[in-house]
Formats: sequence, C-alpha cells, structure tokens
Amino acid sequence: MGEVILTMKGIDKSFPGVHALDHVDLEVCRGEVHALMGENGAGKSTLMKVLTGIYSKDSGTITYEGREVEFQNPREAQEAGIVIVHQELNMMNHLTVAQNIFIGREYMKGFLIDDARMNLEAKKLFDQLGIDINPAEKMGNLTVGKQQMCEIAKAISHEAKVIIFDEPSAALTEAEIEELFKIIRDLRAKQMGIVYISHRMDEIKVITDRVTVMRDGSYVGTLITKDCTKDDIVNMMVGRVIYEEPKTHSMVAPDAPVVLKVDHLNAGKLVQDVSFELRKGEILGFSGLMGAGRTETARAIFGADPKESGDIYVNGEKVEINSPQDAVKHGIGYLSEDRKRYGIVVGKTIAENSTLASLEDFVKGRLIDRKKERDATQKYVDRLRTKTPGIDQLVINLSGGNQQKVVIAKWLVRNCDILIFDEPTRGIDVGAKSEIYHLMSELAAEGKSIIMISSEMPEVLRMSDRIIVMCEGRKTAEIDIADATQEKIMHAATLR
Amino acid sequence: MQNTRLSGNSSRKFDLQRIVVLAVVIVLAAVFSIFSRDFRKFSTVVTLLDSFYYFCFIAIGVTFCLISGGNDLSVGTGMVCYALIGGFCITKLGLPTWAGMLVTIACGLVFGVLNGFLVSVMNLPAFIATLCTMLITRGLGSVVCGGAVNWPARSSPNGWFRNLFKLMVLNSSGKKTPVPVGVIPILLAVIIMSLILNKTRIGRYIIAIGSNKEAARLSGVNVVKYQMSAYIISGFFAGLAGIAYVCATTSSITPGSGAGLELDAIGGAIIGGTSMTGGVGSVFGTLLGILILTLLKNGLPKIGLGQDWQNIITGLVLIFAIYIDVLKNRKKA
Repeated sequence: MGEVILTMKGIDKSFPGVHALDHVDLEVCRGEVHALMGENGAGKSTLMKVLTGIYSKDSGTITYEGREVEFQNPREAQEAGIVIVHQELNMMNHLTVAQNIFIGREYMKGFLIDDARMNLEAKKLFDQLGIDINPAEKMGNLTVGKQQMCEIAKAISHEAKVIIFDEPSAALTEAEIEELFKIIRDLRAKQMGIVYISHRMDEIKVITDRVTVMRDGSYVGTLITKDCTKDDIVNMMVGRVIYEEPKTHSMVAPDAPVVLKVDHLNAGKLVQDVSFELRKGEILGFSGLMGAGRTETARAIFGADPKESGDIYVNGEKVEINSPQDAVKHGIGYLSEDRKRYGIVVGKTIAENSTLASLEDFVKGRLIDRKKERDATQKYVDRLRTKTPGIDQLVINLSGGNQQKVVIAKWLVRNCDILIFDEPTRGIDVGAKSEIYHLMSELAAEGKSIIMISSEMPEVLRMSDRIIVMCEGRKTAEIDIADATQEKIMHAATLR
Repeated sequence: MQNTRLSGNSSRKFDLQRIVVLAVVIVLAAVFSIFSRDFRKFSTVVTLLDSFYYFCFIAIGVTFCLISGGNDLSVGTGMVCYALIGGFCITKLGLPTWAGMLVTIACGLVFGVLNGFLVSVMNLPAFIATLCTMLITRGLGSVVCGGAVNWPARSSPNGWFRNLFKLMVLNSSGKKTPVPVGVIPILLAVIIMSLILNKTRIGRYIIAIGSNKEAARLSGVNVVKYQMSAYIISGFFAGLAGIAYVCATTSSITPGSGAGLELDAIGGAIIGGTSMTGGVGSVFGTLLGILILTLLKNGLPKIGLGQDWQNIITGLVLIFAIYIDVLKNRKKA
C-alpha cells in the first residue's frame, strides 16, 4: 500500500425524505484494493455517485491527489483519472470491441475513422492486461465476462488512477472471476487505487486489503482484511439495532396442510434447484441480497418466466403452470415489486383495477356489470381500509400504501389463496408499512398463505413464520422464526 | 449471460442474410425473364429503373433513421412535396432549372432538420413526429403551389435535367434510345453513404445511438447532434428522390401523392437487413431490398398477377423479413 490518493470525509447527502449518506468517510491508497461493503440500500452506490459527480454532495470534502475536488459529471471525474466499471455494462453491442473502447475519441485518418489503428491500440491494451480478446469482434458476441474486461481496458485507456468496480463478479463464472482477480492484482501492482464493491465475503478475503463497511447511509468502520474474520464484517453490516419487534414463534398450526410445494425448480442462472413448501396460513419470508434470485423464483412459479425443470404442487396436486393465467387459475396471485409497471393500471379507477384479474366474473352478456363491480370493490376497500374518497378515484391519485392495497384487492377478488408479495413495502412510508403488515397478518390468520420477498431484514424477522434464504440462485438456508437472527440470515445470504 | 453467448454467430448470420437477399434478386429476375417475354425487353428494364431511382434514394435516407433507432415516415409525401415546390419555382416564379432543383433539395433539408429537432431535441417518438410531418408535407405542396405542377418537358430547353437519369442517344438506325444513366448517381450514393456509415464519426455515432443511446451518451457522444443528423440525411435524400421522381414522371406532379412510399422504403431497408430496433443496417442491403420490391412491382404484372397480388406478395415478403429481424433480436435480448 502506498500513499493516500483519495480521501472522502464527512460526506453527507439527502434526497427528499431520505438521508442517504450520513457523514461517510472513505480513504483509498495507491496500490490498494479497498472493499466497500454493506446491505442493499446501505449507500455504497450513492457514495460512488457522489464521488464521480453524478450526485452533488450536501457537505463534506473529497481530496484527490492532494487537492480538494468536486466533479460536476462522470466525464470530469474520468478525465481526472477516476473511472467506474459499472455493474450494468455500458456497451454498444453492435459496434466492435475497439470501436466501443475508443468511442468519442476515435483515431482519424483525414475524414475517415482509422479502424485499423484502433484495433492495434486496443490490442496493445489487452496485451498489457494479459487478456485475449479480438478487438474487431462485435461486442454483442462476447460473454459478459469478456465485456467486463473491455470495460476495464476502456478505463485504463483513460489513464485511470482510481478504478471503482461495482459488483463486478455478479454475472461472472468462476474462471472469469479468476481472470478478473489476476487483472485487479496487476492493477494494484501498478499502484492504482481500487474500490471493490461486492457482497461476496469470500472474494473480499481473497482480493482486498482493507474493508470499509456502511450501514443505513452511515459509516460503520474500516478494517484491515487479513486481521478480521467474516463474522466481524457481518456483524458490522447488520449492526446490533433491532428496529421492529421480531416475531418470536411461528403462528402456523403444526398440522396445517401444505398448500404449495415447489420441487427442484430450475429456471435460468438465478433459480437453481429450489425446493420448498408453503403451509396454509403461513407467511414464508424470502431473504437474500440483490440478485439472489428471489424475484426470479417467484416469477417462475407464477409462470411469468419459463421454467427449465421442476414440479409445482398446489394442495397436493401436481399442476402445470406455463403462464400467469395458469397460476391465477390455481389461486396464485403475484404482487410485483415494481407496482407501477406490473401491478396496477395507474390511469384507471380503483374499481377497474380491482376486477382486472377476474373480469369474467363481472360480465353480464358482453358488457361489464358495473353494479357488481362496484359492490365487490366497495367490499374490499372497506375490508382493507383503503383510504380513498371513493371507488371511482384514479389509482394514480392514491398513496403508495393504498395503491398496494388495490393490488391486494385485485387478487382477493380473484379468490387467490396463495399470495406472493414481492417487496410489499417498497416505496411506502412508515405508517402505511405497519398497516400493510397488519393486513398480511390478518390474511394469514384467515387462512391465506403468503410468500413474502423482502430485502429488509427487520421486515423479514417481523413478518415471517419461516425464512428461506437465497444466494446466487440457490436456497442456502431454511430457518424457523424461533431460531432466526440477522447474523444467521446474512451469513446464509453471503455464502459465497 | 447465456443469451449473450447464444448470439455469438449473429454477425455471420447477418452476412448470410445478405447473400440470401442477393440470391433472391437474381432468382426473381431470372423467373420473371423466363416466364415473361415482355420482362426481357430493354424498355421494361428502363421503366423498372425509373421508379427504382427515387425509391432507392428515399430508402437510403430512411436506413440512417432506422439504424439510429428511429424512423422517418415523412419521406414519401415529402418527396412529392419538395418536387412540387421546386417545380413551382421553375414554372411559376421563372427560376432556372438548376435553382428549382436546389430548392427541392433545400426543402428536404429543412424538413430533415425539423424531424431531427422534433425527435432529438423535443424527444417526440420518431414514429409520431414523422407521422405529423408526413401530414404536413402532404398538405403543404398543394397549399404552396395551388395545384398540380409540371416540370419542364424533355423537349423544352429547360428539360435538360431529365438526362441526369435517362439519357437519350441516337442509335445506329437513327432512332432515339434511352440509356439508364441514373444507375451512376445511385451507385455513387450507395458508395458514399456506405463510407459515411462505416467510416466516419457521423455513421459510427448513429450506429452507437441506435445500439445503446444511454451508453453512447455516457461515452461523451453528442447524442442530440448525431441523432438529428440521421434525419437531416433522410431529408436530403428525400430531396434527391424528388428530383429523380420528376425525371421519371412525364405527366404533372399531383399534390398529396406519395403516401405509402415511405412504408415500402422502410420495408426495403428491412429486407436488406436493417433492424427495426436500431444499431444494425447497411446501405448496400437497402439497395438490394429495394431492388427486390421493384422487381416484384414490375415483374408480377408481367406474369399475369395484378396490383392486388402484388400487394399480397409484398406483404408476405415483408412479414418474412421482419420475422428474421425479430429472431435476431430475440437471441440478443
């Protein structure tokens, strides 16, 4: 480790309603790989966006190469030598590798672009990195891993001094990760400062020199990697604070029948050999970090995405679910994490949304039976305590919590007994949150069975009767609520 | 990730598509020649080329809009509108022919800038924005000119421009024979525009924007400027098409005509391998695509299949071409 190249001190940033960064510190040295860790929403990405000028900070200082700096946009940061290799790759698939690397600063020969020279320069870059990629290949033909190598090459061609890797290994195979690590070690040897954002505990131990942990937008601490254990880091990530009173024991009767059984389900990279059972009246929590495959599992069960293999049993009977219609027919309702995109039609009224999934029950001849529709809607507005001046209110005018209730009503009207709640309280304020919690508990008490996918640990501990933890498409733990702790869950969620 | 690997051979497939298209051109020409004595006549070839020229020009322009991830529906009615205004300047205002031709091209450029402004600055969806300018150009020609316009006839001293696309020479027996010299400007346009597309910043950035607009923006590409340039190119070529159109038209130019041509032009570009979703396309491919549609249009009547069959078969060919595009994209998605 060499001298300090980058210091961020007391960085503070608020968005309307959210204190995203609360006096966060970060120090990166030349020739160091510095891990930045924290749960989803801990503020890692926000911090990096402040650094590279995508967001402006409210207070605090950034010192880079001995001078205080404040970049206005990523381009300025890039010109100064700070580059991000993004998790979502910014590549133009239809252009070649070399064309991508040199876009915006092409080598010219008169009026014409000198592609031969660009291929040559790209080749030099790759040789320098010790990777074998044909610069004339179309970017879209490369694997994600190779595309990432190209991003790194592009970063280096900008004469980068600090490179930030935002979850670089999320989409890579083992072999590709090895190659990535080799490159990172080379860059470290060349005295670059490297920030490495990742959830994978094992990688942190292998590749990084120091670890800075963040939690809920605050700086928790910095450790020397070789002097700490995985448990030290996990403890720092989850903290000791318990926000909500967790459930102490399962509310499910021991003899409650199994209503949904998923057997060795496979669907793509993020759903591998997932098996579990859901009992009548149970709230089954699905925990895990971003990209663990929880939503993908739910979508595969619901028939929204194709399955590769595996069986699904509803009430003990094997069922074929190839489309959402099939799922709904078997009484499964899915409340998407992205309400506005998949859950509701915002420009329509509560009544129209409520009956959307079961319109065939509300027709008289060819026409929609308005009275029946209104009666049913009113029933559920009352029952779910949806706050609205009337059932003809457009859904777009409702608050997030009440919109969520309309989605719930939609599936209740359809008589769904199995409800999959995907991030049910995302984007909902605290008061409405606890109302949704009560509602879910009530539904479970009435005998509905609920799968709840949640990234919020307190929510999982408060609501679930049983918890399934996923990591990288696999089920890594199944914990009864009586035995569940944040540490246990986080441990299973970061198994790799 | 798996999907990215699957698409590994898509660039080779693209070349394959071009070979198939070339083969279809040859087969069509051969079939029509075998089954129709009429089709083999030189005069048929000349007539076929007359409509091919302007058709090809507008399609080359549209190809750039499609590659940028957009569209230009205004080119068909635009072409007629610009030709009307140019002709109006010659016949009613007494401008020299060359000035009238420049006006025609200038009108195309103006509408190109307008389309580009609507799409890249005002961020209107290209389909809607150019649908609106299509309506505007459809009405504008009539409003400006007050009715049909005749460009100078071949016999008049101002009719020299018609030789740009069809040169009349005396053959050995002393009769006038047309030579389809319009092939030269078309080939020039194809070569120059291919070069611009593949070897200059304008072309490179138009492809980049069509491939991934946000990535292009983050790479420091001036997205507004280069997206706009695609529409200006399209407008310019609609203007050129206007000139080719009046050269091929001996009767008067009717205001409000030209609708539907833009769809044929887009169809031709897609048959030639240009993607509806942007990022992929070639000028040479468009040339071949237009050649196929022109052969169908002129050849089918010669083997006894009228206008109706021509429409049906063109529709089927387009379904096939677009389906190939969809298949290519599905592998990428």
